[in-house]
Amino acid sequence: MIEAINEALDLKMAEDPDIIVMGEDVGYFGGVFRATAGLQEKHGKNRVFDTPISECGIIGAAVGMGAYGLRPVPEIQFADYIYPGLDQLISEAARLRYRSANDYIAPMTVRSPFGGGIFGGQTHSQSPEALFAHVAGLKTVIPATPYDAKGLLIAAIEDNDPVIFFEPKRIYNAPFTGYYDKPVEPWKKHRDSVVPEGKYSIPLGKARIAMEGDALTVLAYGTMVHVTEAVCLEKGIDAEIIDLRTIVPLDIEAIEASVEKTGKCLIVHEATRTAGFGAELSALVTERCFYHLEAPVERVTGFDTPYPHSLEWAYFPGPVRIGEALDKLMSE
Amino acid sequence: MAERPKGSAEQGANKPALSLHVPEPTYRPGDPVDFAHITVPDAGKQARPDETCDAIETSDLCYDLVRVLGNDNKAHGPWDPKLDPDTLRTMLGHFAMVRAFDERMFRGQRQGKTSFYMKCTGEEATSISAAMALASDDMVFPSYRQQGILIARGYPLIEMINQIYSNRGDKLKGRQLPIMYSSREHSFFSISGNLATQTPQAVGWAMASAIKGDSRIAATWVGEGSTAEGDFHAACTFATVYNAPVILNVINNQWAISSFSGFAGAERTTFAARALGYGLAGLRIDGNDPLAVYAAEKWAADRARANAGPTLIEHFTYRAEGHSTSDDPSGYRSAQEREEWPLGDPVTRLKNHLIELGEWDEDRQAAMDLKCAEEVKAATKEAEKNGILGHGLHHPFATMFEDVYEDLPWHLKEQSEQAIRERETKFPEGRPGS
Repeated sequence: MIEAINEALDLKMAEDPDIIVMGEDVGYFGGVFRATAGLQEKHGKNRVFDTPISECGIIGAAVGMGAYGLRPVPEIQFADYIYPGLDQLISEAARLRYRSANDYIAPMTVRSPFGGGIFGGQTHSQSPEALFAHVAGLKTVIPATPYDAKGLLIAAIEDNDPVIFFEPKRIYNAPFTGYYDKPVEPWKKHRDSVVPEGKYSIPLGKARIAMEGDALTVLAYGTMVHVTEAVCLEKGIDAEIIDLRTIVPLDIEAIEASVEKTGKCLIVHEATRTAGFGAELSALVTERCFYHLEAPVERVTGFDTPYPHSLEWAYFPGPVRIGEALDKLMSE
Repeated sequence: MAERPKGSAEQGANKPALSLHVPEPTYRPGDPVDFAHITVPDAGKQARPDETCDAIETSDLCYDLVRVLGNDNKAHGPWDPKLDPDTLRTMLGHFAMVRAFDERMFRGQRQGKTSFYMKCTGEEATSISAAMALASDDMVFPSYRQQGILIARGYPLIEMINQIYSNRGDKLKGRQLPIMYSSREHSFFSISGNLATQTPQAVGWAMASAIKGDSRIAATWVGEGSTAEGDFHAACTFATVYNAPVILNVINNQWAISSFSGFAGAERTTFAARALGYGLAGLRIDGNDPLAVYAAEKWAADRARANAGPTLIEHFTYRAEGHSTSDDPSGYRSAQEREEWPLGDPVTRLKNHLIELGEWDEDRQAAMDLKCAEEVKAATKEAEKNGILGHGLHHPFATMFEDVYEDLPWHLKEQSEQAIRERETKFPEGRPGS
């Protein structure tokens, strides 16, 4: 997946001289996760450069660059660090088009690794996507496969609105299935790991059916798509897993179609439960598909605590928690 | 609170008790005012280093006060920009126009034509004289008291008033608070209500200009109070790291609503001196001296254009009026302050300079003031045809949902339809402008 992200950046930079990659350690070193490896050498220091440790400065400068006419792709090293840049994202980037009535826009794609599962403790594991979904004017994208990562990133960079691109770091190198004590299969054995050369894009706002089925609908994104899929396969549940890909804009049609077909809905995300994006999904499904539902909508999420370091696997919504919810829904 | 280890209270008993310092302005309502503690150096005495000098060479100027216009109304010293009389008269004309505009809009707010207004009385030079020293296509990232830049750049008064009235002629579709203008055509960035946010944006714009090998520079304005925001420090860091072609104007008008400059750290050092820690060039100037403002801004612009680096300019000035129409300064500061302010009034100083040069007189000034007032009045009447705030002549309801995103997503489409339904229920006969 990390190679797919690198390819998308490289390809777009070669095509469009207005694309700038900046962030902490993204230049010579190529990023702590190597997402920007080789880009500076290829596209020059003027277009790929390190920044001071100042998320407010990174996002603020990106707003100015966007207003100039560039298309910056800033990297925030970990999603947990994005908070000092929130004012620039929420009050400035998100609203610039609106408040100026299209006089100015702030096109930018803020890339950031997010989610847990790598023993990152409370400051390297968070999933803050609901914060951004709440902000009018921002789009929030979360890929779950290498194929999608490349196609969605290209679409995000080409989008004229500010996009938050969260990369589930647990699946950068392999499609994690939830068993931390078992070896993981590498991406190359996965069906969605084939990344075509050259350019293709996946429209923002279009979900993907990760697994087809009739028994129930699972709404998930990022790492949770793979974990849920593994549990369903293990339990022999004929679930339909909808990988949302983007939570804003949301593919409501795909959600409605699936829930109307299956009559049951499970929502799975890593972020904390209260006021998480699952709450919004649950409300939408209840409002729009109530008469098709055969059981209450279920949510599997992280707990409402900070992400603990040593107890990470107790926090992570893994096969046991997902399995219980699946069993409950199947028994209704 | 962490407990001291046992016995340590006794151990520390002979140490002096710590105390917190909470800044307090020198004068409160009713107090007599004495500004003797403000050092006003003689005009023309400050050195003018070459624009391409090392930032460190501006150290002394960060604590001094660059002045050109003396008490004799003459221009002095190496910072004299030697502007010709026509340019000086143009500047004075912009001053008169901003004063007339502020006066009329202030009254308009009191008459209920809009919700809010902010005057720039006493600070006119910090935007008008600065804007005149920049190229017309240099990008400005202003704060909320730089209406003078738009006037200097020839932005139509009627557009400003339409924006203030949030009427159907408002180019910003009635979405922004009055006075939060935006004009890409005039290289004037959309104003934010969140303070200091525009400073890193200006630096980013300047970086983009440098990345593209453009020749345009950026300038931003921030109040001394908001230099305490993290954004300002991020902006200074980015500006110096990338040698961005940018000017950071700090308007030290002494007051951030009711908090005096001490709450932004003014008791300890100058705002210009902030530059030194970052390795930026810094200038502290008499912000009520139009010639000094012009000269400093031109110096910084030339420096940026020569790739010699960014500059932080502290404009030492005074907010003669309240913070906004929602503020009453008589509640927190001495009424005498305005009268006693030792650096005078920028409009009077420029007028007296032109008179001293034999290029102006009081009659022409009176005629110009009258002409400006009439022009503003005519523009106001014209703008009022498009409506005033709250009188129904606003943009159609559906525009509320436009421009959140480039394209209208399904959820906003649904909400837009809801708003239109609500409107039809409320006004089945329809209302003008709906």
